[in-house]
Amino acid sequence: MNWAVIFPLVLFLAIIFIIGFWASTYLKTSDSFLQEYFLGGRQLGGFILAMTMTATYGSASSFIGGPGAAYTQGLGWVLLSMAQLATGYFVLMILGKKFAIVTRKYKAVTLVDFLKERYESKWVVLLSAASIIIFLFSAMAAQWVGGGRLIESVTGLSYTSALFIFAASVLIYVVIGGFRAVALTDAVQGTVMFIGTLILLIATIIAGGGIPNIISDLTAENPKLITPYGFDGGLTPLYVSSFWILVGVGVVGLPQITVRAMSYKNSKAMHRAIIIGTVVIGFIMLGMHLIGVFARSVLPGIEVPDTVMPLLAMEILPAWLAGLVLAAPMAAIMSTVDSLLLLVSSAVVKDVYLNYIQPKASNQRVKNLSFGVTTVLGVLVFLIALSPPDLIIWLNLFSFGGLEAAFIWPVVMGLYWRRGNKYGAISSMIVGVGSYIIIHLYFPNPFGIHTVVLPILFSLMAFIIGSVVGKQRLQETVDITGL
Amino acid sequence: MKHGIDQHDSRFKIARREAWIGVILVIINFVWWYGFAYGLGSGPVEEYSSVLGLPAWFFYSCVGGFILMVILVTIAVKYLFKEVPFEDETEEMN
Repeated sequence: MNWAVIFPLVLFLAIIFIIGFWASTYLKTSDSFLQEYFLGGRQLGGFILAMTMTATYGSASSFIGGPGAAYTQGLGWVLLSMAQLATGYFVLMILGKKFAIVTRKYKAVTLVDFLKERYESKWVVLLSAASIIIFLFSAMAAQWVGGGRLIESVTGLSYTSALFIFAASVLIYVVIGGFRAVALTDAVQGTVMFIGTLILLIATIIAGGGIPNIISDLTAENPKLITPYGFDGGLTPLYVSSFWILVGVGVVGLPQITVRAMSYKNSKAMHRAIIIGTVVIGFIMLGMHLIGVFARSVLPGIEVPDTVMPLLAMEILPAWLAGLVLAAPMAAIMSTVDSLLLLVSSAVVKDVYLNYIQPKASNQRVKNLSFGVTTVLGVLVFLIALSPPDLIIWLNLFSFGGLEAAFIWPVVMGLYWRRGNKYGAISSMIVGVGSYIIIHLYFPNPFGIHTVVLPILFSLMAFIIGSVVGKQRLQETVDITGL
Repeated sequence: MKHGIDQHDSRFKIARREAWIGVILVIINFVWWYGFAYGLGSGPVEEYSSVLGLPAWFFYSCVGGFILMVILVTIAVKYLFKEVPFEDETEEMN
């Protein structure tokens, strides 16, 4: 074991713990447990908001999978990943003040609360809570596997012990501290991600003998690596552009991101977060993927793309600095997982239990239940991540696009289209998720565009048609009761 | 209407305007990104010019596009976005 690499990682975990404990003191003083535990009392400032959105969004794929793909594909993959720059400003601008005001009016704590009040339909609540629990649970399991593997490769521990360390660290601060702990640790994790990217980018450019040198190495190996079309010319403009839906504007529909758009203090915080978020997400995405491409000149011939980033850091940096840089992917995974864990827990406690099982539960009961459910979910994910069943892996493939297809229109149209109603929302969710699964299974990437694009269009049509047709039905019911 | 969203709230006019600014920004972002990438990058590699060592298409599309968006977003937020209170109570007090 290389202690010089491990020490910065341990230090990082220790800092995360301290923040978790500190955040938990707010839970004792708050007069509304639910608001505090699942939403941080709506008190986030601009910097924390920007960081928690960026860090929740940036996951294992931004630090491990993404640079690996860029290593294989060349600059074309960096171009593709820059579609994510839009998430930095688009989500907060679209949901923006309207979502903040309306969710306060509704006293909504979760995304599902908002949908419940907006559409007044039991089916909307049950469908959305189910989508969140199923899809995000699987996504979470996949991220835990990533976290375990990363610790395994850096420390040399067995996968089981590595996973245990990872699971225990995340679980403790999420359970005791709730949303405030998640957001504050996200701010630290986001900062670590930013600094890690900066250090590794500079070191890679130096190790490669400067950018012109690296680019001429790549051109000599395969000129296609420096074109926008990928190493084999397979990245068509249409395909690359369709990622603007999946990882750009479609992110508005991801519940783990959306819930953050109701957690901030005031419009000043939102304004700051938009600027900071754009800078941070743009820099991390551009930097990490460029590192992947440049690594090809520094460390040619890596067989497993997912190992590019850790191998590069250990190769070109002194051990202690490599430890610091490797804290970045760890931070990215933790900051995604903690938010997902809390969100799934809120779906169980707030959206299902308090809505339909025991609406009159006492504050103390809700408190115990929230701690309990979060712990049980965490332990369950840990057990699943030990040897992930195929079903979970399969569901994880759908989680990102499936959630976008389910939620984007009920949220956006719910805010801006007065005539949208429950019939529209229900048909939009069913058509969105259904068509996504069917297209993914039987017609992947139809017409050369990413699978997610058509389901998002279909679910928009379903929302509009459902709302218009359903409106007549609503009126008829009113007429009948009027007689 | 208890559960409907009151359309006459003046804050919502501001929110709607800002959402449109978001849409316009993302369109500018996309057009710039696409135009430089495939406008400059579709020729033969031998004819690529380079900026700071990077192929020109990449520099303008990704590095330049990033800087452009940071500037545009900052201008939009500083000069076009308005601060509004989020709580209903504070609105009544004004």
